[in-house]
Amino acid sequence: MLKATPLLLTGAAVMLAFKSGVFNIGAEGQFLVGALAATIAGTAGGPGTGRWLLVLAAGALAGAGWAAIAAGFRIGRQVNEVITTILLNFIALYLVSYAVDGPLQEASAQYPQSDLLVPGAMLWRPFAGSRLHLGVALAFVATLVVGALLSRTALGLRLRAAGASAPAARLAGFPVARDLTVAFALSGALAGLAGAIEVAGVTGRLYERISPGYGYTAIAIALLGGLRSGGVIAAALFFAALSAGASAMERSAGVSSVLVLAVQGATLLTIAVLDVGALRRFFAGWRGRAGKAAGGGA
Amino acid sequence: MLEDLLAAGLVLGTPILLAALGELLVERTGVMNIGVEGVMLGGAFAAALGAYATGSALAGVAAAAVTGVALALAFALATVRLSADQIIVGAAINLLALGATGVLYRALLGATGTALVLPTLPAIEIPGLRQIPIVGAALFSQHALVYLGFCLTPILAFVLGHTGLGLRLRSLGDHPRAAASLGLPVRRYRTATLAIGGALAGLGGASLTLAATNTFVEGITAGRGFIALAVVVFGRWSPWGALAGSLLFGLASALQFQFQAAALAVPYQVFLMLPYVLTLGVLLLSSGGARAPRALGARYDRE
Repeated sequence: MLKATPLLLTGAAVMLAFKSGVFNIGAEGQFLVGALAATIAGTAGGPGTGRWLLVLAAGALAGAGWAAIAAGFRIGRQVNEVITTILLNFIALYLVSYAVDGPLQEASAQYPQSDLLVPGAMLWRPFAGSRLHLGVALAFVATLVVGALLSRTALGLRLRAAGASAPAARLAGFPVARDLTVAFALSGALAGLAGAIEVAGVTGRLYERISPGYGYTAIAIALLGGLRSGGVIAAALFFAALSAGASAMERSAGVSSVLVLAVQGATLLTIAVLDVGALRRFFAGWRGRAGKAAGGGA
Repeated sequence: MLEDLLAAGLVLGTPILLAALGELLVERTGVMNIGVEGVMLGGAFAAALGAYATGSALAGVAAAAVTGVALALAFALATVRLSADQIIVGAAINLLALGATGVLYRALLGATGTALVLPTLPAIEIPGLRQIPIVGAALFSQHALVYLGFCLTPILAFVLGHTGLGLRLRSLGDHPRAAASLGLPVRRYRTATLAIGGALAGLGGASLTLAATNTFVEGITAGRGFIALAVVVFGRWSPWGALAGSLLFGLASALQFQFQAAALAVPYQVFLMLPYVLTLGVLLLSSGGARAPRALGARYDRE
């Protein structure tokens, strides 16, 4: 469950983006800046009750802001977000690396990690003796809310329309550029929230390797889950079990944990090849966008 | 100092140039292979393994080219033949390459726990030109893959811009259906250019392990494949533009090492970040979609 939480949220982030025709490969970077902002919000100043709310908000905002950079490139410059979000992932990684080695390093300056969050900034753990925290429930709720948002609301309809065919959505009078920005920002906010929850719920502090690639796994999860909230929950639990199993195997049998990456890649490749029909519907927007770019842009 | 910087810039720019030239050719036929990062990584690993096993850098180069072609053909099979989505298959290849090279590295090479030291590609001096001050040593005393990049740039520019073959290839990128209606074998052309692109990305990976670093670590490409993609956009799908972008990037990376060595009071992460920030800046200045092949990334079905 603990391992599934970041995967659920980043998976939901990717689901929302892909449904809207946004290829957000940057959940990893958004997760990292979310964790970074959460750490700043959770370590600065003294303790306070309810501080955890501030911590989560900081994480979500930072993630949204980070994704908005890619939105700006896509809308203003027609630069494919696959490239920008990946570049932003690397920048976020070095930002975190710098922060825990410099300004945010623990007071004792022994390891490249931040101080522990102040009391009140950590998430509520309802069961004594268990590391289960409030964020687990939040992740499930958020995933279901994203699913409902996409399928039941006017905004969801517009986002899906933009994803299915941006030119058609534009003809229908939808504010496509604004909707796309919303999709980027919401997607980034979810991934940033995942980073904040990881810090405030599990690790209690920031360090360089806080994400073992959650944001990349999220892509496989969103696609394996068929871009539906129920499917994403099932896929996140499956991958969480897989990675828990991989760590156990690495300890006992010497099987390396990078094997999980290979398995994920193979899964993704299989889905891509087998599920051509369903994916074609989701990604029809890609074709439309290529045509639009050639026609002189939006 | 300047001479060293220039030489290092070329060595660091070459992996990107080779991958970018390959990707450019592929994109001109309307296919977007974001798996170029994974293909490069596969090539880098194959080069390390080949060179380590045989003790010959040339064997490593050959292994890298073969691996690059194999990975690109896997991509071609999924996207060109089976019409799967190019972005998803590319992302899958990246994950697969990262995982597979990690597993194989730990199983075959990483057991000792010490860093791998690989045989290097020898520098080939070009007599006469070598004596030119400043640029001579940097330009004309390099390893073979640097020269390959330099020679390929004008060749690719000529073939794409001034030959019938180039025209046919470009027509696939702008309107594959129209090209097909003229009897062009769209899928065969695309598969062939993907194979060439894969070989070049693999060689780019080899130039990373056998010349730029002389070792292999997991994830050694560190986004260079994506930077190559950005360089293609920056260069507006022209080989000369790709050359300029790659050199710029190589010089930025070389500067980063010089600064790090100079031990300035700036955190080293800033320099590590520099190439990525620079690439973003470059993308900001060069508006992307302007000259993209019209059918880039679109799924193509014969009807």
